[in-house]
Amino acid sequence: MENMNNQYVIGVIVSNISGVLSRVSGMFTRRGFNIDCLTVGETESSGFSRITVVFHGDDDIKERIVRQLEKLHDVKEVEVLDPRETVIRELLLIKVRNTPSTRQDIMTAVEIFRSKIVDYSPTALVCELTGETSKIDAFIELMKPYGVMEMCRTGMVAIERGENCLKTEK
Amino acid sequence: MKISGAKIIVETLIEQGCDTVFGYPGGQAINIFDELYLNSGRINHILTAHEQGASHAADGYARATGKVGVCIATSGPGATNLVTGIATAYLDSVPLVAITGNVPTALIGRDSFQEVDIVGITMPITKHNFIVKDIRELADTLRTAFKIAKSGRPGPVLVDIPKDVQTAVWDFEPKKDPVRPFPLSFASESKLRQAAEMIKNAKRPYIYFGGGIISGKASAELLQLAEKIDAPIGCSLMGLSAIPNDHPRFLGMNGMHGHYASSVAQDEADLVIALGARFSDRATGDKNRFNKNFSIIHIDIDSAELDKNITSNLAIQGDIKDSLFRLIPMLSIVERPEWDARIEELRTEEKHRLESAAASAFEKKCGNCTKPCSMMGVPAENRLSPYKIIDIISEKADEHDIIVTDVGQHQMWTAQRYPFKHPRTFLTSGGLGTMGYGLGAAIGAASAEGKRSILFTGDGSFGMNLNELATAVSQNTPVVIVIMNNGVLGMVRQWQTLFFDKRYSNTTLDRQTDFVKLAEAFGAKAARAFTAEELENAAAEAFAHNGPFLIDCAVDCNEFVLPMLPPGGSIEDIITEIK
Repeated sequence: MENMNNQYVIGVIVSNISGVLSRVSGMFTRRGFNIDCLTVGETESSGFSRITVVFHGDDDIKERIVRQLEKLHDVKEVEVLDPRETVIRELLLIKVRNTPSTRQDIMTAVEIFRSKIVDYSPTALVCELTGETSKIDAFIELMKPYGVMEMCRTGMVAIERGENCLKTEK
Repeated sequence: MKISGAKIIVETLIEQGCDTVFGYPGGQAINIFDELYLNSGRINHILTAHEQGASHAADGYARATGKVGVCIATSGPGATNLVTGIATAYLDSVPLVAITGNVPTALIGRDSFQEVDIVGITMPITKHNFIVKDIRELADTLRTAFKIAKSGRPGPVLVDIPKDVQTAVWDFEPKKDPVRPFPLSFASESKLRQAAEMIKNAKRPYIYFGGGIISGKASAELLQLAEKIDAPIGCSLMGLSAIPNDHPRFLGMNGMHGHYASSVAQDEADLVIALGARFSDRATGDKNRFNKNFSIIHIDIDSAELDKNITSNLAIQGDIKDSLFRLIPMLSIVERPEWDARIEELRTEEKHRLESAAASAFEKKCGNCTKPCSMMGVPAENRLSPYKIIDIISEKADEHDIIVTDVGQHQMWTAQRYPFKHPRTFLTSGGLGTMGYGLGAAIGAASAEGKRSILFTGDGSFGMNLNELATAVSQNTPVVIVIMNNGVLGMVRQWQTLFFDKRYSNTTLDRQTDFVKLAEAFGAKAARAFTAEELENAAAEAFAHNGPFLIDCAVDCNEFVLPMLPPGGSIEDIITEIK
């Protein structure tokens, strides 16, 4: 049996026009596929946006998702990114309680994780961290005992290593 | 040339080769209708009774001709009334362009009068849709809509046009020709070679085709393939009419209500060659048991259909006509006397089953009814059976007449029985199963080419959109409407008989509708038939009449559609008799 728990990362180049995010996310809803995370942003050319979709499933589901994506008129390019050949990053902003007794421990963790303190107040610290999901998860776990007040993460963005590019030929 | 947006719409429709549009005016479409009025000599607008009728009419027009059907409605309720028609076209891959007016761009998002987000609503039921907020993009957006609708696997496209875009003025230069579809995609040579190899090694090949053969115009190639490899042919509901029903290799539709021989032959095959079909659940039953006995080669223009419902052994994406054209020369002529003999056996078996079913039909008693019924007083042997109705009508009909159905038992009886001869002469809502599809579609089909259409419907389905009788009368559409009137919602009732211990919840229609008087009230002609003789006479009158003619035929509510593969079942569960 296929492993239902494979994680797939798909890069999608779409026309940068209104409604395109609805079309892409709507396809997932309509076809009953679940998304772990989805990010969208500008690309090197203004006419196109890049969507990174992460989901769990088996090979069969992945194929069906790719083919359904390719059918959308606004979708120009779809590629399943091989995790071994891909740089995957996520950004975390996390607000942790700042107390005299915990401050030093937090600072040490921040340093080890190569995180950054981007806001400092007597009662709260905001840390910024980029990295792969596992690193982000580990950092959050580490912060929990100090009191996580609020956090947000961007979801993954991914880009292929080497000179291969995901872009429309036109 | 600087013209208004509304005029650009009409000029672009004409440029795209559109001769007839179907629609219903309203506040935010009034400018478009003004231009239709001013250009009535160049483009014909058919006013329907309801926007849903317009969408089905455009669909019927498209299915009958292969051209893109166009419907136009106003914003809000006008637009939402198109939705069922658009979804119907989407599920059956019908090229459609639906144009809706919308409130001016400045009023969008403010819950203005008759404002809905029709682009959002129709996103999952269109190939693509647009809202045009800039007059400069109007003509090209409409052209792209036509292009998308007719490219590859056809489908509906909606273009939403706010009122201020209709009234704005911009340059327009008509193009010489309608837009061409996107380039076809061709099957890979190596995959076709693999297919040839699989066919060569097969002992009992079976060709299964769907609506793709009709939209891909590949009927001739399909028959050549069957001849060359000596294979029987079956099809899905959507495939019907692609090849003549009396073709010696054709076993008919298979699946839930398909022909016995066709379904069994498929199950006994060792290779199923699926062409332009999508393995809907109504065709396959239990997907896990469906293909346990055979391998599958699946060829389709839409790669998303490959391995979607059924995982094939060889999936090939490409234009069906081109694929077959290139595949056939890779194959050598073979004869399969044993397989042929088995097919003949199945045909004979099917014939016997039909005969015994017909014989037992006369013995049927009206079951649990205590109420007066139209069948009472008609001796059993004189009663009209569904097949008898279809036989009488088909004998009177021309082979080019367009057969349309609604949805339910009558639809399946027509699909099983009607002797189709030519592609695009059978119009039915296969995927969505839209009750109320038929009358609008029949009007659209007949108005497309001046042909006659024949609508087989039930009293349930007909009740849904019978308002379009008004349209048939005002257009004097040559449509023969045959109602198989059994006083019940027969298909659901059949399921209740089989799976709900005959608890007929809300399927007995306690109505007193007199369809003959109703048709006459609309200004159509009509007759009633209880017996074959009465139907013969009514049909003679109907086919001599140039205009809408309704025949209300009494049918026993205990007539069932057989055989039946129960939902989620497989060939072993086939029901051929209901006690």
